[in-house]
Parts: sequence; C-alpha cells; structure tokens
Amino acid sequence: MVRNTIRGGLCALLLAGAGAAQAQAPVKIGFITTLSTPAGYIGEDERDGFSLAIKQGGGKLGGVPVELVVEDDALKPANAKQAADRMLQSGIKLFTGVNFSNVLAAVAPGVLRDGAYYVSLNPGPSTFAGEKCDKNYFVASYQNDAYHSAGGHAANELGYKRVVLLAPNYQAGRDALAGFKRTYKGEVVAEIYTKLDQSDFSVEMARVRSLAPDAVYQFHPGGAGINFAKQYANSGLNKTVPMLMPAFSMDGRMLAASGASAEGFYTVGMWSTEMDNPQSRAFVKAFTETYGRKPTDYGMQAYDTALLIGSALKAVNGDLSKGDAFRAALLKADFQSLRGKFRFNHNHHPIQDYYLMRIERGGNEFVPKVVRKVISDDKDAYADQCKL
Amino acid sequence: MALLFEQLLNGLQFGAMLFMLASGLTLIFGIMGVINLTHGSFYMVGAYCGAFALGQTNSFAAGAAAGLAGAALYGLLVEFAVIRRLYKRDHLYQVLATFGLILFTNEAVSMIFGRQPPMVEIPVFLQGTVPLAPGFQYPVMRLAFIVVGALVALGLWFLINRTRVGMLVRAGADDREMVDALGVDIQKLYTVVFGLGALLCGLAGVMAAPLLAVEIGMGERVLITTFVVIVIGGVGSVRGAMAGALLVGMVDSLGRAYFPQILGAMLSPEVADMLAAGLVSASVYVLMALVLIFRPKGLLG
Repeated sequence: MVRNTIRGGLCALLLAGAGAAQAQAPVKIGFITTLSTPAGYIGEDERDGFSLAIKQGGGKLGGVPVELVVEDDALKPANAKQAADRMLQSGIKLFTGVNFSNVLAAVAPGVLRDGAYYVSLNPGPSTFAGEKCDKNYFVASYQNDAYHSAGGHAANELGYKRVVLLAPNYQAGRDALAGFKRTYKGEVVAEIYTKLDQSDFSVEMARVRSLAPDAVYQFHPGGAGINFAKQYANSGLNKTVPMLMPAFSMDGRMLAASGASAEGFYTVGMWSTEMDNPQSRAFVKAFTETYGRKPTDYGMQAYDTALLIGSALKAVNGDLSKGDAFRAALLKADFQSLRGKFRFNHNHHPIQDYYLMRIERGGNEFVPKVVRKVISDDKDAYADQCKL
Repeated sequence: MALLFEQLLNGLQFGAMLFMLASGLTLIFGIMGVINLTHGSFYMVGAYCGAFALGQTNSFAAGAAAGLAGAALYGLLVEFAVIRRLYKRDHLYQVLATFGLILFTNEAVSMIFGRQPPMVEIPVFLQGTVPLAPGFQYPVMRLAFIVVGALVALGLWFLINRTRVGMLVRAGADDREMVDALGVDIQKLYTVVFGLGALLCGLAGVMAAPLLAVEIGMGERVLITTFVVIVIGGVGSVRGAMAGALLVGMVDSLGRAYFPQILGAMLSPEVADMLAAGLVSASVYVLMALVLIFRPKGLLG
C-alpha cells in the first residue's frame, strides 16, 4: 500500500516534470506565405507583422515561448502543400501565414485532416465559411465577400445612384462585383471586365467617361491597381467621377507608388494606419520604427492573428493537446484588436465593423483618413450553413 | 464620334509602345536567330533605372538618360555573358537560358531596388490634358508616347535604309552566313543589334513609367503580346513589327471598347458581359491565328 502510494507519487512527479518541460519547449508555428514573386511584399509584411508581436513579447506569445517556422510558397499551391506536409511530419500543430485563397485551399484540408489548427491571417474563402467549416479552422481577418459588400453599403451611403464596376476577369474579380451588387441599391450602369494581365486602362476609362456615372467601384490588386489609379488621375476622370474601392486595392505600398494620383479616392476596409485607437497607434509606430516602412493592412492582420494565437496559448499554457480548451480560447478572441472591436461568429469567422476611408495628404505623404463607420458588427452570409 | 476618335488614339498609343518593344525583338530574332525571352526584363530595367534617377535628381531628362543607358548596358552584359554562347545552340537552350535570366533579373532588381514599386510622377510639361476637338480632351503624356513612337519609327527607318550598319542589318536578316563569309564581323553586328534592342526597351520603359506601375515582373506582362506582334508582322522585319504593333494595338483597344457594347445590344447582360470579357482576352490571339492562316510567315515576313 505504502509502496504503491510512493510509486504513484513518483509517477505523478515524473509526469509533472514532463509537463513542465513541455511547456518550456517553444510551441512551433508553421508560417507558410508568399515571399517571392511580385506579391512577395504581402508575405513580407505578414511575416514582419507576426514577428513584431513575438518580438514585443520577448520571444513569447501570451507568455508562452514560440518559434516561427517560415516557408515561402512562391504563390504555388503545390509548394505550399508540400511545405505543410513537411511541417506536419515534423510535429507542428499550429499553422498560419497563407496569403492567397487558392493556396489556402491546398493547405488547409491536409492540416485539418491531421488534427492540427489553422488560423488564417488573410484569405477567408466562402468554401470554409459555410458547410465545410471546421472546428480547428479560424479566420482572424475577414470573409472574402465582406469588403465588397461593405463597398456596396458605402456607395449607398455616399448617395451614388449610378455606378460603373470594373474588375479583372477571373474568379476573385467576378466574386468582388457580385459581393458589391448584393448590397448596392442603385443602378449598375456597366460591369467592365478587364484582362488579368492588362496594364493599360485608357480604353475602359474612355468608356467610363462616356457613361458619366456617379461613381466607379473597382477592384484591381497589386500592380494593376497602381496602374489604374495613376491612369485614372492622368485622364482627368478623378476630378469628375469619384472612385471607391476595397482597401486592399490601394494598400500602403500601392499608395506610396501612386502618390498624388490617389488623392480623393475612397476605400472601404476594417482598418487604416490612421485608425484612432491607442493600440493601433502604438502598432504603427513600433512597426515603422522596426522595419523602416509603414505597415499595410496585411501587416495589421498578421499582428492581430499573433495576438489571437497568444491569447489562446496562454489559456492552455502552450499545451496544444488540450484541444477543447484551446479552441474555446481561440473562439473567445480575448485580445485587443488593432481594429477596435473583434469577435468570432459560430463559424469561426469575424463579426466586425467596416469603415469608409478617403485618401488625403498627411504631411509629405498620402494616407487613408477614416471618414466614418459604414457597417457595425458585420457577419458573413455563409454562417447559417455552418453546423458548428 | 469623339469617343471613337479617343479609342483610336488609345489604340495608337498602345501600338507605339508595342512597336518600341517589338522592333528590337524582331531584329534579334531575325538577324541573330535568338529567341530572347529576356526582352521584357530590359524594359523593366529601363523603367527601374529611370525611376531611380528621377527620384534622385528630380529631372526627367536624367531619368530618361539613366533608363536608356541602364537597359542598353544590361542588354550588352547579357549578350556578352550569356547569349554569345548560345548562337549555335538549339532554340530550346536559348529559351531555357533566357527564361532563367528573367528569374535572375527579377530577383536582382528586387534586391537592388527593393520590393516597393517606386513612384514616378508625370513630368510637369507632360501633365494634364489638351483639347483636340471641342469637348474632347486627351492626356498630354499619351500624346507624347505616340510622338516618341513615331520618332523611333522614323529613326529606325533611317538607320536601316540609309546607313552602313542598316545595310548590314538588312543583309544579316536575309542571309547570315553570307554576310559572315563576306568578311563582315558578324559578332560585332550581333552586339550592336542586341544593344539597340535593349535600348529601345529602355525607352519604352522610361515612357511607360509615369503611366504604369514600375514593378517586378512588369516585363513578362508585355512579353507575350510583343511576341504576338512580331509573329503577325513577320519575324525579322521592322516594317512588319510596325504593322503588327499598330494592328494589335488597334484590335486590342477597339475590341475592349466595343465588344461589350455590340454584344450587349444583342444578348442579355450576364451572357454578354462574360462573352465579351472572353472575346476581349482572346482577340489578339484570334487575330494572330487569322493572319497565320492566310500568311503563314506573317504580314511582311
């Protein structure tokens, strides 16, 4: 009896010791993102935003030591899938970083099938928001349609009765315009689809001028968006027809490359470098001091994702095997978001506010100044199909 | 009517840009027999060098000079270090090597100039619009593009038809071996042609920089259309490149302008929008296919 008690006590001690050792070994976080190709600046900002949160925590998130394992996917789903498989084999249980919906579609299923966690810091494709939602899959950014639906609301509020829509002719472009039309109440005068590799938009702009709408809503990511803004200003259209677009069609880098051309354009998003709350101001200052450039929305989303993960790691003291507790802690979203308000819907996608911004001169550069809130507590349309 | 005229000018401007890129490419392919996928990279290097010098000095002239010099020097370097070894090789080797050079150039440029696309303002004297007819304004920058394209065409015509170098270029395009056998230093001619092609790319890059995003990969975006132009025009012919560039510029611009409207008048909006978008993307390739059916060697090949 006595011997058994001692034996039991020893075992308990050993277990406790093992537990303590486990808590001290850093939790590895798989971070697969796009660092090369022209879109590499996006992954760079995401990695740096996430790293900044770790750095500020002294190598820890939520008081738990973490190690970031970064891999470049070169915007190729197959590369990302391979990287994820390698990481899963090496025992990594927590993933984030992917920047593009098509890459995420290759990474997430394998990660989730293996019982690991995926927390998205950018894409929120509709496929995983509705029926195929998963208990281990969280989106800390936005559902893909949300920006464009918010754009429709903004156009209503700005009193635009007739708009022309422009987007590149591919899935995301068509989805964007569909999302806008879902909430826009006025008349869509024309939907103009541009070529995906198009860099000159003079023809489309001549058509916009002849249609003389109240406003233009356009979605052109990356270089095409810079081209569009510069040529829009050069054609003189910016003086007669206001332009509205999702914030990522004029992110910080694009804005710096467009300069005065972008002045007066409206953007819709959930955050801006000019957001007036203490945590956001501190973040913009710290990011700018650390990396020598202003953060984009992508950097903000990554930082928020790191804080979210930190809050959940803290709840389980870094022990990812406590699945239910970890999931519950993630769902609680107990962190100070740079966006201000943030909480999760039951399908693990955000309920959050969207704002209207206007590009204005701030000092010797151009910045998106917040005009007003467009929607409060916006939920995505797919949550009802999710059985979580 | 004013709209049609404006769209024609837009087509002309796009054609001018394509011509600057295609004339060099067609000479390199026609005379040296080299498939040069790096051609778009020269355009990017020109734009980056121009943007950098402009940012440093605030002078468009300095920017233009730096863009031209940068692209030409990089072209000569590429010719000397890589292309020279590939003249006798199969086209497949050239495609592989020059494709590798695209990747190399993209990475090198992002290491040297950074990932942030530099901002290029339109020079003051080219800003704004001018009235061409009552109620019809056109951007000065785009008019300047057309003028520069026309000057390049004139300059090339003079160079090729009225100078000794041009004579050798024409001879080389017809029969390379014979020129070599007659004692002309064909190697030197190749270097000149390659440098000239890169220089014209640099010019296109400098002219495009105020209107387009100066970014990594901007060259690949125009490369395919440029190849379509030289195939339509006839490989090796500068006049063909001119005809091809204008044709492609017009078809692309007018297609984008009027396909949606024509189809919209005949079909329901959803069908018309999708169909028009598809047709617009394919128009240039359909044009190429049609030309090749009737003239397999291109319009002037």
